[in-house]
Amino acid sequence: MEFIFAVSVGVMTTAGIYLMLRAQTFPVILGLTLLSYAVNLFLFASGRLTVNGAAIVGHSEQLADPLPQALVLTAIVIGFAMTAFVLILAIRARSDLGNDQVDGRELPPERSALEEALANRVEKLAAAHKARNDKPRNDKPVRNKRKPS
Amino acid sequence: MLQHLPVLPLLIPLLGGILLLLPPLANAGNRQRVMGTLLALLQLIVAVYLLWTVHQHGTRVYAMGDWQPPFGILLVADRLATLLLVLTSILLLCVQLFSSAGEDEKGKFFHPLLMFQALGIQGAFLTGDLFNLFVFFEVLLIASYALLIHGGGAQKTLANVHYVSLNLAGSALFLFALGIMYGTFGTLNMADMQQKAAQIQADDMRLASVGAMLLLVVFGLKSAMMPLHFWMPRAYAVAPAPVAALFAIMTKVGIYSLWRVHSGIFGDNAGELANIAQPWLWPLAWLTVAIGIIATLASQTLRELTANLVIVSVGSLLLMVALNTPQATASGLYYLVHSTLATALMFLVAGLIVEQRGKAEDRFVQARPLAQPVLLGALFFMAALALIGMPPVSGFIGKALMLKAALAGNQAAWVWPPILLASLAALVMLSRSGGTLFWRARGDHADDTRVHPAQLAAVTLLAVLFPVMVVFAGWITDFAQLAAAEMQQGVVLNLPGGDDA
Repeated sequence: MEFIFAVSVGVMTTAGIYLMLRAQTFPVILGLTLLSYAVNLFLFASGRLTVNGAAIVGHSEQLADPLPQALVLTAIVIGFAMTAFVLILAIRARSDLGNDQVDGRELPPERSALEEALANRVEKLAAAHKARNDKPRNDKPVRNKRKPS
Repeated sequence: MLQHLPVLPLLIPLLGGILLLLPPLANAGNRQRVMGTLLALLQLIVAVYLLWTVHQHGTRVYAMGDWQPPFGILLVADRLATLLLVLTSILLLCVQLFSSAGEDEKGKFFHPLLMFQALGIQGAFLTGDLFNLFVFFEVLLIASYALLIHGGGAQKTLANVHYVSLNLAGSALFLFALGIMYGTFGTLNMADMQQKAAQIQADDMRLASVGAMLLLVVFGLKSAMMPLHFWMPRAYAVAPAPVAALFAIMTKVGIYSLWRVHSGIFGDNAGELANIAQPWLWPLAWLTVAIGIIATLASQTLRELTANLVIVSVGSLLLMVALNTPQATASGLYYLVHSTLATALMFLVAGLIVEQRGKAEDRFVQARPLAQPVLLGALFFMAALALIGMPPVSGFIGKALMLKAALAGNQAAWVWPPILLASLAALVMLSRSGGTLFWRARGDHADDTRVHPAQLAAVTLLAVLFPVMVVFAGWITDFAQLAAAEMQQGVVLNLPGGDDA
């Protein structure tokens, strides 16, 4: 039992830390959540692992330490509140900053060489088109091109 | 009633904060302000009275619900805790007054949040239980998360994302450390741990030292210690002025916890675990001051500059924690009180300057003249003197005491250069920034913004405290020395059945 317990705490911690180091807010929050699960299990184990042990005297042969259970309960409640807050904050950051990067800066999307060339070509065409369209505006008043719906 | 005195600094902000959320006061601007100020005043009175009784009759131990230690939750009001309680209440009162000028209407629930923030800070100072320290940390953190983005804006949101994520990771580490501590010590009561630290079994030694080091990381994060300080300047620089002023004490909560845990529990009497963090604290403290100095010299705005000076002061205090003699702790305590007040004053003054400089805010660029250059200049000058540590204000005494403590501890070569260089950097940057902000004005069109009487009251109250701290310096240092001795000795619990509650 100890082995499985230790491995699950370790795996969750590892996964949590890995996710926390990502650059987007959602994986970071998932990582924090996983880490808090790992922490809760770890705290529980600090009172030693017992099987069939009740926390109340006289209910079982073996006695489980009640304090870590109380600690875990408190940690769960606090962790829940914090997760709720950080989720709302992440959504707020998404709308305030326009992206979900942790440092608020949009990374340029990764492109292949072909896509890069195509994008450059499209940009050039758009610039040329814009230049053509802009010319007559100098002597004519700007017309409203939107059709009435 | 009097026997319940130590719990009042928790009950007043808790119940007061709830009261402020209820209908007769909720969303009622002026009523909320008056009530908030009254509550802050009440806290100050209780804190001063508690300080006085503790000074006269010794440490007060309060067992919550009369559950006896080491099983119940303890509140321990000793000299160190009550001194910091008084400091928190003064700061709360000033912030409350300052925000009543209109800052509180830029977002919701400002006054209740201030109360909950005070609850967290005072709880962290009063608690005698390591797990409760965690709980109160979370209380003060969640209030500070909300206060930091008070008023909204992209900059605040961005700073808050970093602040919240880092602190959540810190909380997870804190819980890991607590689990280890409970596993090895079998208790989380700080007084009990201090007695048991020397009797840790050889098998558990490794584990206990891992726990102690994890706690160092956690408290380092809270106090903006060198590799863990990156969240701090940005968060403090974008926070609303009164919030930043209140945050001036938050880094000090970390220092306080370091004292309690690493000088108290793992202090000189901890057997093999004695002073386990010290070899790490020395270089980290040194690097904190160094990075603080560099950041100070590179600051672009007054608020950023003040935030970086907070890092410098944290570094100086860490040096005192690392030195770990009673004299060093006492002088650190004096400097802690002083630097908290000084940075708070500077944040408030920066807030006033921002209001009067229009779009230039507090950036060090040429801009229109201030509407009230004399008043703001005088306040700025006072705060700058305090931050640099020049006579006649109390920063000078604080720094001199720290230098003396280093000399007595034979560590002058380590401690003197960073502290003196930090003063020089502060002098250079504050005189440069003062010159730019007040004298390099363009045009003669000043804004018609004036300092609100409530703001003026807040900053005056803070500014007056520096001469007071000079006049009563002898009394305060005596008190700090007693507090330091008491802390290193630890609370003696008369087990079983303490009768103090």
